[in-house]
Amino acid sequence: MATTTYPTAHITPKPSTDGGEDQFLEVSMGPQHPSTHGVFRMNVVLDGERVVKLKPVFGYLHRNHEKIAENESYLGSMPYTDRLDYLCSITNNWAYALAVEKLAGIQVPERAEYLRVITGELTRLQNHACLIGFLMQDMGASGTPLMYAFREREKILDLFESLTGARMMCNYMRFGGCRVDASADWLQQAQKVMEAFPRFLDEYERLLTENEILMARTQGVGVLPRELAVNAGITGPMLRASGINYDIRKVDKYGIYDRFAFKVPLGEHGDVYDRYMIRVLEMRESIRILQQAMREISPGPIQDPKTKIRGFRPKAGEAYGRIESPKGELGFYLISDGSPNPYRYRVRPPSLINLTVLEEMCLGQNVADVVITLGSIDIVLGEVDR
Amino acid sequence: MDEPLKIALRKQGIFTTTLQELYNWGRKNSLWPLNFGLACCAIEMIATTMARYDMARFGAEVFRPSPRQADLMIVAGTVTKKMAPQVIRLYNQMPEPKYVISMGACAISGGPFKQGYNVLKGIDRYIPVDIYIPGCPPRPEALIDALMALQKKIDEQHLTGADRPRHLNLDTPSEFPVPQFGAHDLEPSQNPEIWHPPLVHISLAGKDESGNN
Repeated sequence: MATTTYPTAHITPKPSTDGGEDQFLEVSMGPQHPSTHGVFRMNVVLDGERVVKLKPVFGYLHRNHEKIAENESYLGSMPYTDRLDYLCSITNNWAYALAVEKLAGIQVPERAEYLRVITGELTRLQNHACLIGFLMQDMGASGTPLMYAFREREKILDLFESLTGARMMCNYMRFGGCRVDASADWLQQAQKVMEAFPRFLDEYERLLTENEILMARTQGVGVLPRELAVNAGITGPMLRASGINYDIRKVDKYGIYDRFAFKVPLGEHGDVYDRYMIRVLEMRESIRILQQAMREISPGPIQDPKTKIRGFRPKAGEAYGRIESPKGELGFYLISDGSPNPYRYRVRPPSLINLTVLEEMCLGQNVADVVITLGSIDIVLGEVDR
Repeated sequence: MDEPLKIALRKQGIFTTTLQELYNWGRKNSLWPLNFGLACCAIEMIATTMARYDMARFGAEVFRPSPRQADLMIVAGTVTKKMAPQVIRLYNQMPEPKYVISMGACAISGGPFKQGYNVLKGIDRYIPVDIYIPGCPPRPEALIDALMALQKKIDEQHLTGADRPRHLNLDTPSEFPVPQFGAHDLEPSQNPEIWHPPLVHISLAGKDESGNN
């Protein structure tokens, strides 16, 4: 067997001691694997325990979202966006609504903007809590952290259910507003959930943040250098964990985010531990935003009365709407030719683009660290493959 | 043994049962599902195992990542044409007796993505499905209901006779052919032994095949 050389290999394999030729082991992880977060597959080339090459294979959940959307009316695609990143449906709705509003020049009433912020930040809370749970599950803490996260998630899902009628697939946003108004009772319930959430975070942090095992497993693992993060177009908590101050809520100030005082937590090392920490801190900042939004929300209309529900045909043109989804920059690019359905419909998924640096982060690491590095990226396959 | 005698014996402290009842009781209360999520429904499947819904109450909490150790496959999510061969291969690797729950609209028929070019129009074209749960995604309660329906189904199975389950009948297959991705599509597009396209009678000019108007 001839020695195989891989162009991306930074490591030269150790010469074998028995006089034979150097050998690599190729392992295919996935698509059915408990820690690939769905149907993701990696072909990992190993030199002993160390990763020499990693090739991601995806498309196992390619559900033709974009092609279907080009044959749907604009509003008809809204339920499909729920199923992109199925952990946080409301932020997907928001990004799509924002793109269509830009395309058709629709204004959103103030109360609807507040409702968007409240539901969007609640989505961020439950997404980050679940992600940390899954990450700990990958690390071997099977059960407890994930159970705690899902206990809190169920409370937030109860809020979504009483507001929108669905636990996961909320289908809440409409062009120029929201679908249903939140009652005073609902806001009170949300207030209660929000006030109880920091206690959960304290409990979580007491369990995890200074945990020796967690620190030993995650610090210095899966490091993403700043230059690489910028060059690869990484966004979201992953980019901020590498120390780049870039949050679209601050950069674009879409909606009414300029009215809230909140900080953007930044990491320093760009390793898995920083990515864990960033999410905890972001949850705390989300609670601050929620507190302000709950205080300031005032009665009013929730839907722009000029928006046409039937026969909605935006003028020919193109628009790109983007938001800071819990995973990063989620954008929708739409081209209209004046017909009832978009001529081109393109999703810029944060998960897929954050996944592109997986190989660089994993080279030279042990194979067990590949799993937690993947877990810290926060991918959802519905969004990666679309 | 008739029921009054059983009850009389139980009052004496003697427990009687049949092999069939014991076998079914053991099987239905310790279902080991395959740890296998495909899409959105997998999140609801995880939620079902978590604290609030707690599938462990029904004896089905031991999710196994290996098909060799599992006896229940919950097809939770959209099966694409790229994933379908793997799903069927996993099913083949599971030991008998094995059961399949088709969770959610996508696994039943393709669901909202049915018009997509890459979506399988229902996993029951290739493997036999025991329980279907509609919904997009089904609530955790629906999955628990499906699990209880499956337990009832297992409890009613006979070990002998013509209607005995597949794993006790040596003539029926326990493995099913794995489709391959051919030039244009999955080949074969269905397993003709377990699935046929629904028959559609088209009546022309107000007359159907029976000759009535």
